Amino acid sequence: MTIKIYIPRDSSALSMGAQKVALAIGNEAKKRGLDVHIIRNGSRGLYWLETMVEVSTASGRVAYGPVKVRDVPSLFDADFVNGKAHALNLGLTEELPWLKKQQRLTFARVGITDPISLADYIAHEGYQGLKNALSLSASEIVKIVTDSGLRGRGGAAFPTGIKWNTVLGCQSEQKYIVCNADEGDSGTYSDRMIMEGDPFVLIEGMTIAAIAVGATQGYIYLRSEYPHALVTLNAAIEAANLAGYLGADILGSGRAFHLEVRRAAGAYVCGEETSLLESLEGKRGQVRFKPPLPAIEGLFGKPTVVNNVISLATVPIILHKGSQYYADYGMGRSRGTLPIQLAGNIKQGGLVELAFGATLRELLYDFGGGSATGRPIRAVQVGGPLGAFLPESQFDTPLDYEAFSQLWAVLGHGGIVAFDDSVDMAVMARYAFEFCAIESCGKCTPCRIGSTRGAEVMGQIIAGKDTVKNIKLVRDLSDTMLNGSLCALGGMTPYPVLSAMNHFPEDFETKKASAA
Amino acid sequence: MQDLPIKIDALIAKHQHLPGALLPLLHAIQDEVGYVPESSYKPIAKGLNLSVAEVHGVVTFYHHFRNHKPGRHTLQICRAESCQAMGSVALEAHAKKCLNIDYHQTTKDDAISLEPVYCLGNCALSPAVMMDDEIYGRVSVADLDALVAEATV
Repeated sequence: MTIKIYIPRDSSALSMGAQKVALAIGNEAKKRGLDVHIIRNGSRGLYWLETMVEVSTASGRVAYGPVKVRDVPSLFDADFVNGKAHALNLGLTEELPWLKKQQRLTFARVGITDPISLADYIAHEGYQGLKNALSLSASEIVKIVTDSGLRGRGGAAFPTGIKWNTVLGCQSEQKYIVCNADEGDSGTYSDRMIMEGDPFVLIEGMTIAAIAVGATQGYIYLRSEYPHALVTLNAAIEAANLAGYLGADILGSGRAFHLEVRRAAGAYVCGEETSLLESLEGKRGQVRFKPPLPAIEGLFGKPTVVNNVISLATVPIILHKGSQYYADYGMGRSRGTLPIQLAGNIKQGGLVELAFGATLRELLYDFGGGSATGRPIRAVQVGGPLGAFLPESQFDTPLDYEAFSQLWAVLGHGGIVAFDDSVDMAVMARYAFEFCAIESCGKCTPCRIGSTRGAEVMGQIIAGKDTVKNIKLVRDLSDTMLNGSLCALGGMTPYPVLSAMNHFPEDFETKKASAA
Repeated sequence: MQDLPIKIDALIAKHQHLPGALLPLLHAIQDEVGYVPESSYKPIAKGLNLSVAEVHGVVTFYHHFRNHKPGRHTLQICRAESCQAMGSVALEAHAKKCLNIDYHQTTKDDAISLEPVYCLGNCALSPAVMMDDEIYGRVSVADLDALVAEATV
């Protein structure tokens, strides 16, 4: 009988040598005359255990990790192909507490299926959402998405259904679906995991969006830093085209939807939707004035849905299981689940999908296992480089859009970056300005000039020069950027800066003492 | 090997019909040639009905595109927060010192170009670097030395 072995093709797994492990296992099996079928799955998201190898057994999949090439002969000696004991044996994958405690809806298939096998996707409840959508009217689909409470997972948390409804209401012979896959926030990688681990769910979500609003052309704007995601996406799009799930006549419905991946080119600001549209049009990624909203005048001036990868990849399960099923998860106005990404100085980093409402502390300690260095976690930055820093006293905050706004913080795309007590928050505040200066599109003055001036003044604070005066100056400048910038890049750079100053004043004020 | 202008013309002909053709075209040129030569601006502008200034503006706006020949390998080191939390600042300093270059420069033997990158999406395994299209996680100074040695051969 053929033995099925799963070895991830996910970038992070590859970064720990998954490709070499796969080759070594294949060679060793050949040498021993074993009939093995290696499936290159997505990652289960327990990244500290990568490369995590799974074998299919009668009682379920058994995991081994972290596997290095040098472990391969001993794994075969221990008969791991039959799930036998070995120092790296982690037991049944489904029973791993880290996975068992999660509520995986958007990530239901990631790590389980072969990402580029359409048959595997369909065998795991894939394309059920599209089938339902094809039997509904456009406004019924939009209503289901609205009722589910799904909000934009890219960070802005705008209700997805309301955006779709605006596009649906526009009269135009051409409309577009654009997927924002320019996942540039440090500490986030859930978009990448979906695109590498279950690309069909994104394709299905975009197809449903197209049918709902009457669009016939879609683009996935993919950051150039993700070469592996490009390969899986293109393979999946090709398979979907061949099988009639994309193209001129979707499943014989007479509806057309064409989908293409476009590579970004390393500009963080192109994650902002209007700058993304400029870039797709072949221009410099400069932010547009709003209004007009992209939903009304978007790509090439036509009505356009611009949604994040996770938002679109969540649509299929909502259309499959109903709006109530999804809305039953979560708290307050944050309905459903959030794929949370644990990053930075964390012992057990990875993907945790949970209903809204879990606290930072649970994530950092129950899932994350504390810091990687073993030192106390002093600060976390949630929501990427434009997100606020939170001190230990705020670790009991539930992950909920509104709870975070009350603290003058943001959940953003769900990335949590942990820092131990060796971090200098004044240096982090300077970096926030520096990053803004490097990535500013240059259209508005507060962002273009403010970021450079901010980095300079922070440099003086770090050098202990005129600390009191300069702290006041940074606060003043932050106020201008916050209220005067055209988009979130300049407008939210003050979040990390001011939160660092407010929660960790000792890192700013003591510079004076140490310099004096 | 084809002459550069012939190569560029073929790529222009292949992409010019696309809506928003400029980025896909620049990617195709950089993938094939290794960079976007300034000599290609004029034919690109003509093929896409743009001004040379517009082409120049786009090439220089995006960090990914470069208009000069890079080294045989490109080493990107992640500078973003997650990697900083795991010691990337020391890693950067080490790379600059042992390669004897700063960011956006190429070693004297043309082996390695050093570039900063702001997130490789490998944040659970920080610090991360990328050598050409290969990504590496939990990179120590010794790991970096090994990568550099391999690329310098």
